[in-house]
Amino acid sequence: MSANETLGEKTLEPSPGQTIGPFYAFGLEYPKMHEVAFPHSPGAIVLGGIVYDGAGAPIPDACVEIWGADADGTISRARGSRRRDDHTFTGFGRAFTNDEGRYEFWTRNPGAADGKAPFFATLVFARGLPNKLHTRIYLPEDEARLAADPLLSSLTEDERATLIAQRTPEGYLEHDIHLQGERETVFIAF
Amino acid sequence: MSLAEQAHSPQTAAAPESLLASPDMPSQREINAEIAEVQAAAAARAARGEAVPFTLYDFAPYRSSVLRHPTKNPRLVDPESIELWSPAYGQRDVAAIEADLTLQHSGEPLGERITVTGRVLDSWGRPLRNQLVEIWQANSAGRYIHQRDQHPAPLDPNFTGAGRTVTNDDGEYFFTTIKPGPYPWKNHVNAWRPAHIHFSVFGSAFTQRIITQMYFPGDPLFALDPIYQSIRQQKDRDRLVSTYDHDLTVPEFSMGYRWDIVVDGPDATWFESEGKH
Repeated sequence: MSANETLGEKTLEPSPGQTIGPFYAFGLEYPKMHEVAFPHSPGAIVLGGIVYDGAGAPIPDACVEIWGADADGTISRARGSRRRDDHTFTGFGRAFTNDEGRYEFWTRNPGAADGKAPFFATLVFARGLPNKLHTRIYLPEDEARLAADPLLSSLTEDERATLIAQRTPEGYLEHDIHLQGERETVFIAF
Repeated sequence: MSLAEQAHSPQTAAAPESLLASPDMPSQREINAEIAEVQAAAAARAARGEAVPFTLYDFAPYRSSVLRHPTKNPRLVDPESIELWSPAYGQRDVAAIEADLTLQHSGEPLGERITVTGRVLDSWGRPLRNQLVEIWQANSAGRYIHQRDQHPAPLDPNFTGAGRTVTNDDGEYFFTTIKPGPYPWKNHVNAWRPAHIHFSVFGSAFTQRIITQMYFPGDPLFALDPIYQSIRQQKDRDRLVSTYDHDLTVPEFSMGYRWDIVVDGPDATWFESEGKH
């Protein structure tokens, strides 16, 4: 069913987005904001990487947000993303890049929902980036589901590689984001 | 590798404050000409039927965007389930006092006390309740409470400039704060940002997430500001400007401004039925 059939024509134009600017930290920071899962809980992993600019330099003032399903594929409706209680999985996390351009989350591997390849819905904001960027971070393991994914299968090998995280020996996930350049990450719109 | 090369090696991040000034420091006149040129090019692309976003990513008059914007168009995708939901917030997630930025210290902040209110709506005009709204801003002298802000204007010991609230059942938010001052930012010679408050809102789907800036009516800096002008059309820029509302002005206390936030879409080809998650 199309959105238009359900709701009719849109009646309002959206507010345009703007850059997050240089001084967002004091407005957006809160305790344990990058702990989507409690670090010492079963199944907790680190998802981390570096955000790069078009010259290959790390970006020390970017904000990355992830939103993902729980390990069984369900989407959390639990509150508490802003006030962590150290056990509830809410699915949402926010991380600022450090002076080396690195972001890190404690989270869980999302499970497959509707039989599709699991991924973290991901947003990038930065000083110097005029508006938000949507992308996805896919888990690397399930090759059959990755092959069936409509977005991934529309991409070249190089482009596809920018959306799939790498598994480290300790079971963590490593995923760099390139805002520009030869390895420019594939960004998406809806 | 020489020391100079090491300093620019991809492994070494530059000190963030060293990145704030633009490398070429053009004049305001040059920036104005660039803004007009880029906006005209975008208008021509749109006239040819190209889908050009409201906010231009490739916008060199905003100098720090040059190496930080993607060069390829985003891939248009059908949202998957996770992207049609967003994190759940509720009234308990913030305290009521966090919406009053004038009450966070022992004394009263300096400046023009204002109330800012409005609704968070979707594209069909439906109010979005239980939305986390986060704001941050400079103080009345145009100074941010941030270690990288080098603007030699005074900090206000009674003002931090960050607040948050959760929308009520009618999608409304209410803040009490101080009107921020204009702020110099070294994008070009004599570059000043119009007074603004940063807003962050989630929407009911992750696709709707928005971070933007609210401005004040009649600001003489609008035409000169590459960030405001990164929105390519006047009709779209206008939607970020609040309106002065005398009915919101509290006698002998504060000036009232009204500003609605409209989150976009999603232009989904389908919606999943409710209740599965």
